[in-house]
Amino acid sequence: MSVKEGLLYSEDHEWVKKEDDLLVIGVSDFAQEELGDIVFVELPEIGEEFEIGDSFGVLESVKAVSDTFIPVSAKVVEINEVLFDQPELINDDPYGEGWLIKVEAEDLSELEELLSAEEYAEFLEEA
Amino acid sequence: MKKTPLNEIHKEAGAKMTDFGGWEMPVEYSGIIDEHLAVRKKCGLFDVSHMGELLLTGSRAEKSLQKIITNDAQRLDKNKVLYTLMCNENGGIIDDLVVYKLQKDSFLLVVNASNTEKDFNWIKKHLDGDAQIENMTEHYAMLALQGPDSQKVLTKLTDLNLQEINYYNYKEGKVAAKDMIISRTGYTGELGYELYFNGEYAEKIWHDIMKAGKEFDIHPTGLGARDTLRLEKGYPLYGNDINEKINPYQASLGWVVKLDKGDFIGREKLKALKNSCCDKQRFACVIQGRGVARKGHKVYVEDQVIGELSSGSYSPLLKKGIAMGYIKSDYIKPGNEIKIKVRKRFLEAEVVELPFV
Repeated sequence: MSVKEGLLYSEDHEWVKKEDDLLVIGVSDFAQEELGDIVFVELPEIGEEFEIGDSFGVLESVKAVSDTFIPVSAKVVEINEVLFDQPELINDDPYGEGWLIKVEAEDLSELEELLSAEEYAEFLEEA
Repeated sequence: MKKTPLNEIHKEAGAKMTDFGGWEMPVEYSGIIDEHLAVRKKCGLFDVSHMGELLLTGSRAEKSLQKIITNDAQRLDKNKVLYTLMCNENGGIIDDLVVYKLQKDSFLLVVNASNTEKDFNWIKKHLDGDAQIENMTEHYAMLALQGPDSQKVLTKLTDLNLQEINYYNYKEGKVAAKDMIISRTGYTGELGYELYFNGEYAEKIWHDIMKAGKEFDIHPTGLGARDTLRLEKGYPLYGNDINEKINPYQASLGWVVKLDKGDFIGREKLKALKNSCCDKQRFACVIQGRGVARKGHKVYVEDQVIGELSSGSYSPLLKKGIAMGYIKSDYIKPGNEIKIKVRKRFLEAEVVELPFV
């Protein structure tokens, strides 16, 4: 199980990466491993707005179903449509090709509440 | 939690472990889909040592057995395996099990892990004369080697002619130089064998089979794949699809109830149930589009609830959600369209005949 350096993490196991003016959001390696083989993905519509902590999507694995929670209040500007046909990308490459959505954040100061890679790794160890 | 003799091996292999019927068991190793496909296309090895083994002995053993089970014990020659149910007086299913006739006065009953104690107590209460029941679960290790290549793998480890063992037959013999029961049975719908032997040899047998299977790309396979494999074939799972509130006819298991074999527990009630078993019956459906429906989800036609799912998962072969459950009999017609409420939304589904694949 890996925690990628340079990303921010939520305690709900989402990661956030700054990419120019946007934020890319996905789920951590821990999350995908807990779920096991992901077989279906539900993602929001482009333009949808979410408050911090809202559920913005659903990951369905063979064994279980899990909501994904947005780590910052934001508007969705892009979704990873490839996942509809290849949901296994989340298992295979959670920090890369398995990204979920790109958003415009309302208030970047919310990012300060998130965990660094190191803090997230500690959080996982304590859990 | 109870542990099988292979507990350490599973953990070393990186298995995700879970509590199943009071046992710490492997759910998955390389991933449920990968393991599922291995069993369908090549072969997989399951540790199912959590299954309960009850030994019924004595000159009145067969008589006791006839009273306890719904199928006909007289169909059991030596070397035959019998699938059967045990019912209560109301015709409710206490358990589903397989029975081996080891000797004239000795029967091995293999029951669901979570029911082992309940079954033991029930059987003990209904023994006839000198018959005795003994819980041998701790003594036996049980492995299931399943998949189209399973025979080739096992052939490397035994002198027995495996081709002579037909479906639902067994032989006693040696595998990897150890005595065991080699049973051509399983819960996957593939060619396969279930092996029962002294738990002391479990690690050796596991390693020898994995080694012999290497050239066939054998996979260690967990309870996750066991569940998706059995669901694709429409096999009921006790606790999900059958329980004490469900009778055999309702569950489409009437074929293992032999009303003419003589008296047995539940017979009177089952006789009456045969012609009018129930309001709701077991059915199967395939989810249209994306989504997985699961146990407990309600089934709808228009705005009306017509029943509920008892099992539901993802079919790695169909790449769709599949499910079984109980709905009003009028709606059970292949091609019928139904809806299943999954969390906040409705999934469209089509009623199908079993098996799914």
